[in-house]
Amino acid sequence: MIPASYYVGVSAVLFVIGALGVLVRRNPLVIFMSIEIMLNAANLAFVAFGQRYGAIDGQALVFFVLCVAAAEVAVGLAIIVAIFRLRRRLSVDELSLMRG
Amino acid sequence: MTTASQIVFWILAVMAVVSAAGVVLRRNPIHSALFLVVHLATLAAFFLKMRAEFLATAQVIVYAGAIAVLFVFAIMVLIPGREETGPDPLRAQRLLAVPVAGLLLVLLAVMLRSTLFAGAGPAQAVPGGVATIGRALFTDYLFPFEVTSVLLLVALVGVIALAKRRLA
Repeated sequence: MIPASYYVGVSAVLFVIGALGVLVRRNPLVIFMSIEIMLNAANLAFVAFGQRYGAIDGQALVFFVLCVAAAEVAVGLAIIVAIFRLRRRLSVDELSLMRG
Repeated sequence: MTTASQIVFWILAVMAVVSAAGVVLRRNPIHSALFLVVHLATLAAFFLKMRAEFLATAQVIVYAGAIAVLFVFAIMVLIPGREETGPDPLRAQRLLAVPVAGLLLVLLAVMLRSTLFAGAGPAQAVPGGVATIGRALFTDYLFPFEVTSVLLLVALVGVIALAKRRLA
């Protein structure tokens, strides 16, 4: 059986790739996809830790993360569509309206 | 020794990392979305491998069934095909992001090594299955479970409010 630490290692690599995507990309859609990668990395770590300690709680938490991810994507894409209708362009660098 | 379990694990790990890198590196967002589907399917396979059958199913239904379709649909609506081809005004910051991400990886590795790998015992088999996780959700996690339903309702109403405003 694969030790849980291997899964957590893969999860860490995936999380960093997602974080890099959030930092590097300009398209908000791709930034959202990178956030999904990070959430999935956290899910993988949750299940791996649950397996390591023989507890079901990790899987229960993943269930909640799934729900939050679904809600987040729906709201986020609605916001992106609203911004696109307003500005006709789609680049996070131009969205400095709330900079203050 | 290399068992079949290990071979499957490494194949899945390479697939997960490569598809995640594909999401980040491809310029065309539709390619990113398709790589994301591969990535989500790989994670579902990971969950199956860890005997979390319910989560694997939920992953396929929620992510591949709903979220990926939503992404592709949004890309089709917005057609942002040429957004990242122009000159980059923040190129220095973007180049800086790469060493920052490398630093994050190093920090995570150090932290995990000091906590997790110190006493690396063998993984225990969780009494998985839908029955166990259902019992956990409806006893220990009953209140968060109900709050989740409120969250989904709020998201539903909010999305409708956001999407309808310009039409009125």
